[in-house]
Amino acid sequence: MAGLEDLYREIILDHYRNPRNRGELECPPAQRSEGFNPLCGDEVVLTFEMDGEVVTDLRVGGYGCSISQASASMMSAAVIGKTIDEIRDLTRSFKAMMSIHEESIGGDGSEALDGAADGAGANDGALRLGDLEALRGVVKFPVRIKCATLGWNALATGLDETAEGE
Amino acid sequence: MSARVSPEIDGAVKAQFPLLGRSVHGRPIVYLDSAASSQKPMAVLDAMDDYYRTVNANVHRGAYEIAAAATEQMEQARADVARFISAPSADEIVFTKNATEAMNLVARSWGGSNLGPADAIVLTEMEHHANIVPWHILAAERGFEIRWIPITHDGCLDLTDLDRLLDGAKLLSVTAMSNVLGTLNPIPRLAAAAHDAGALLSVDASQYVPHLPTDVGELGADFMVFTGHKMCGPTGVGVLWARMELLDAIPPFLGGGEMILDVTKEGFRPNTVPHKFEAGTPPIAEIVGLGAAVRYLEGLGMDAVRAHEVSLTGYALRTLTDRHGDDITVHGPSEPAQRGGVLSFVYRDVHPHDISQVLDQSGVCVRAGHHCAKPLMRCLGVTATTRASLYVYNDTSDIDSLADALDEVGALFGH
Repeated sequence: MAGLEDLYREIILDHYRNPRNRGELECPPAQRSEGFNPLCGDEVVLTFEMDGEVVTDLRVGGYGCSISQASASMMSAAVIGKTIDEIRDLTRSFKAMMSIHEESIGGDGSEALDGAADGAGANDGALRLGDLEALRGVVKFPVRIKCATLGWNALATGLDETAEGE
Repeated sequence: MSARVSPEIDGAVKAQFPLLGRSVHGRPIVYLDSAASSQKPMAVLDAMDDYYRTVNANVHRGAYEIAAAATEQMEQARADVARFISAPSADEIVFTKNATEAMNLVARSWGGSNLGPADAIVLTEMEHHANIVPWHILAAERGFEIRWIPITHDGCLDLTDLDRLLDGAKLLSVTAMSNVLGTLNPIPRLAAAAHDAGALLSVDASQYVPHLPTDVGELGADFMVFTGHKMCGPTGVGVLWARMELLDAIPPFLGGGEMILDVTKEGFRPNTVPHKFEAGTPPIAEIVGLGAAVRYLEGLGMDAVRAHEVSLTGYALRTLTDRHGDDITVHGPSEPAQRGGVLSFVYRDVHPHDISQVLDQSGVCVRAGHHCAKPLMRCLGVTATTRASLYVYNDTSDIDSLADALDEVGALFGH
C-alpha cells in the first residue's frame, strides 16, 4: 500500500514551501507558456529567456497543489542553463517515470511489474533526473500524475513554439 | 463514539448501507461525499438484483408474463417518484439518464422552441455546470441573452435586482440547493417573481430532493430535474418533472423507439407523455432501483432525514470551528436551518487536492476541486474548495473523524 510518505517526500515539501525561481519575467524579451488542469483549475505560467539554444532563465507563476507547484519548482532548477535538446531529453525521462503506472492501466499489468522488478530503466533515469527522482512516488497516486506533469507539459509547449518561431 | 443526533434516525441506518462497512487504507471508511453520489442501502441493491434475477425483460409491448411484470415494476417506480415529490400525476415523471440530461431536455425541447434572439433567460452565479452549459450551447445557436443573479458574500442569492433581471425574461432556471455552498434558495419566492414577470421557473433539485420533503406545487416550479444516484438510488437514471401542459406542448428530445405512436416514410407521430420523451430501452433496473430508493427514504421519513441533517450540519459547523478555529473557513450560510449538509471549506492555505489526499489516508472521503461550478468559484475568489457533504447515514463520529484527519493535514503542511 502506498503511504503518504511516498507522495510527500521531504524534498517535495521543501520545494512547495520554498519554491525556486518563483515569479514572472518581462515578455518580451522572455517567452510565455501556460498550462491548465481543467479537472482542478490549477494553472502554471512559465516565462523563460533563451540565448540561442540555451534556456538562460525561467520563472514559475500560477497556483496549484503541492505536487504541481513542487514539480514546476524542481523543473525550473533542473532546466536553467540547458539546451532545448537537453531539456527535451530530460522531459522524456521525467514523463517516462511518470507513465509507469499509466502503461499498466492499458496492459495486463505484467509490464509494470517487470519494469519495477528489474529497475534498469529506473536507474538509467535516476542518473539524469537527480532530485526529480523524489517525484517517482506520484505514480502510486495516479490521480496526481497530471499535477506532476503540468509544468513539464507547459514547458514542452513553450519550447515547441520557440522552435517553430525560428 | 457515535451519538444520536435525532430521535428518528439512528445508527441502524448506517448498517443498512453495506459499503459503509468496508475499510480504506486499514481504516473504517468515512464517507463524506454524498453531494457527488450517495451510497446505496440493501433495499435498493436487493430490488435491482431481484429484478435481474426474476423479472428481466424489455418493457412495454411484451405480452408474456415477465415482460408485463417488468413494465409494472417500472411504472410502479414512476408512481413512487411522483408521490415522493407530490406530483399531480405519474405521467408528469419523465425518466432520463441523469439530471444533466433532464436539464438538456428542458433546454433543447422547451428552449429550442421558445427562445430566440430577442429573448432572455435568468440563471444564478451558483449554478452547477449542468444548469449553465446547456443554455450556453443553445444561446450560441439561437442568440438569446443569459442574465445572472449575483451572490452575496455569505453565499446567498442577491435578489436586490431580481425584478429588473426578470423583466422580459422567459425563464428563470435556478438550483434549489447549491452543491458547493449548501445554500437553500427561496424557490417559492423566486417562482412568484418569475411568474409575475411572465417567466417560467426551472429548478435544479439534484441536491434538494434527496434531503428535504419536496412538493412541486409548494415550490411553484414549472420544470424540476433531479438524479437517482444522489438519493440512495443507482447511477444511470434521472428525472424530469414538468407540468403536463408544458410536456404536452414541447417537442420530443431524442428520437427512436418507444417515443412514437406511428412512423411512416414521411414522418412520425410522437407518443403520449411521458413516453414521448423516453426514446429507446430505458434503464429499467435503475428505474426499479430508484423506486426502491424512494420507498426506503419514505420509510425513514423525509422530515426525519432533514431534521437529522440540520442537527448534524450544526454539529459539523461547531466541531470544525471549535477544533480548527481560524485555520478553517466554511463557505455558505452559517445557520444550519438555511442550508443543507454541504460544507465547502478552505483550510489554511493548503490546496484542496492535498487536503483530500491526506484525508483519504484516514479513510475520509471528501471531494476537492471546482465542483462543476466554475463561475461560483470565481465569485468566491478561489480555484477550488474541499467539500464534505452529509447524508442520512452519517453521524457525529464521521464529523469527528474529519476533524481528526484535518489535524494530520496541519501536521504535514503546517509552516
